[in-house]
Amino acid sequence: MHIEIDRDTCIGAGQCALTAPKVFTQDDDGYSALLPGREDGAGDPMVREAARACPVGAITLTEPAVTDAPG
Amino acid sequence: MKIGTTHFFVCEVLLMTDLTDLTVSTDTQGRAAPAGPVAFPQDRTCPYHPPAGYDPLRAGRPLSRVTLYDGREVWLVSSHAVARALLTDPRLSSDRTRPGFPVSTPRFATDPERRRVALLGLDDPEHKRQRRMLIPPFTVRHASELRPWIQRTVDDLLDAMIEQGPPAELVSAFALPVPSTVICGLLGVPYADHEFFEEQSRRLLRGPTAADTENARVRLEEYLGGLVDEKARRAEPGDGVLDDLVRRHREEGGPDREEMISLALILLVAGHETTANMISLGTYTLLRHPDRLAELRADPALLSSAVEELMRMLSIADGLQRVATEDMEVAGVTIRAGEGVLFSTSVINRDASVYDAPDSLDFHRPARHHVAFGFGIHQCLGQNLARAELEIALGTLLRRLPGLRLAASAEKIPFKPGDTIQGMLELPVTW
Repeated sequence: MHIEIDRDTCIGAGQCALTAPKVFTQDDDGYSALLPGREDGAGDPMVREAARACPVGAITLTEPAVTDAPG
Repeated sequence: MKIGTTHFFVCEVLLMTDLTDLTVSTDTQGRAAPAGPVAFPQDRTCPYHPPAGYDPLRAGRPLSRVTLYDGREVWLVSSHAVARALLTDPRLSSDRTRPGFPVSTPRFATDPERRRVALLGLDDPEHKRQRRMLIPPFTVRHASELRPWIQRTVDDLLDAMIEQGPPAELVSAFALPVPSTVICGLLGVPYADHEFFEEQSRRLLRGPTAADTENARVRLEEYLGGLVDEKARRAEPGDGVLDDLVRRHREEGGPDREEMISLALILLVAGHETTANMISLGTYTLLRHPDRLAELRADPALLSSAVEELMRMLSIADGLQRVATEDMEVAGVTIRAGEGVLFSTSVINRDASVYDAPDSLDFHRPARHHVAFGFGIHQCLGQNLARAELEIALGTLLRRLPGLRLAASAEKIPFKPGDTIQGMLELPVTW
């Protein structure tokens, strides 16, 4: 999963860090940030909840495109 | 709408009440037809349920027309999904000086210029500039770091209350001093002045007259102006949020004195009134739900879910206000430019399409995504601090006083009228 955080939109409410603390944190300025090594969401089911909890829609999730197996 | 200072209620019959006579008229064929728009706000009949008079707003329509105190009609949003969409829509403004802004009480119907408030009364980009100065002290991490200090504050206040009782009046002995002490420490406001600013905050929010509200605002501005000046004269600033604003003013050229005062005012008032009400009304609600209370005492791990569910159920800031800046098509209706739009958090947080059995207190439901803290750019700046305070205050109160109970008939304990933040006016308890 690819997680994109729009820092210009983020208001530092901390809902992502509260909802999925194994993936999201807040940096020194209070903006949403991904924990090192968890940039792909680490398979945490709470990532979707965190994106939905964001009050300003600053978190965008994209799944890798599903492609047909060759042959 | 009733206007008064004390309100008594009947909780258990409320949800069984047939409201037909209040809100619905019968047409010539005998079919029920909606009467005129519902009045908003109304006083609650039970302090932890929305007013019975809001039932037509809960009937499934995402938006309804309601009438304000002066008879003006505005929109009111009931749907959770529509609320989330509209609270993030930049076409709705929070600017209280705009014509058409839905003022909910005559106390605030003053000169529009005097209605200006920092943060929650501004739109982006001005709002964003102010909010960004204030994020770091209110992060999840900083709220966690403050927990040991909040715990000591709660312990000290409970020690004093237990020594002097039983009984006790929980609002003055505990519910108000906990958040008041915490916000003072965080901002760098001397707690010794708490009686002054608590009283002025009460007058600012509840009047009773517009002159009281205006006078309280002037007195708070004078007080905070003096405090900012005193901090500016110090060689070494302290470590409060206001000290940081003064340092920014000195080193980075902003915010100016007027802006510092307006930010200090909103942080101080919002920082203690809201949490105090959640502690008092949360305690009352738990005491009125003995099975849920026993469940929580038996499993303290439920505490954070319980706090979230109480915030959903109690929705103490019930009536967020916006005004449309252009025509908008929303859920099949047209909101015209200049029309007011209200969000009843108590109704939205009981949207049956989102929450099963929404009128029940249930610590096992996923209560997250409630809008008790608002949604969009204005979502409560202090929410992480509020969660920490509520978990520690309610958790410690229940742990230390296993015999806690009401010291008066539940039906006779007064609570706040509908046109302000909801909570108990007093809460006599014993143990």
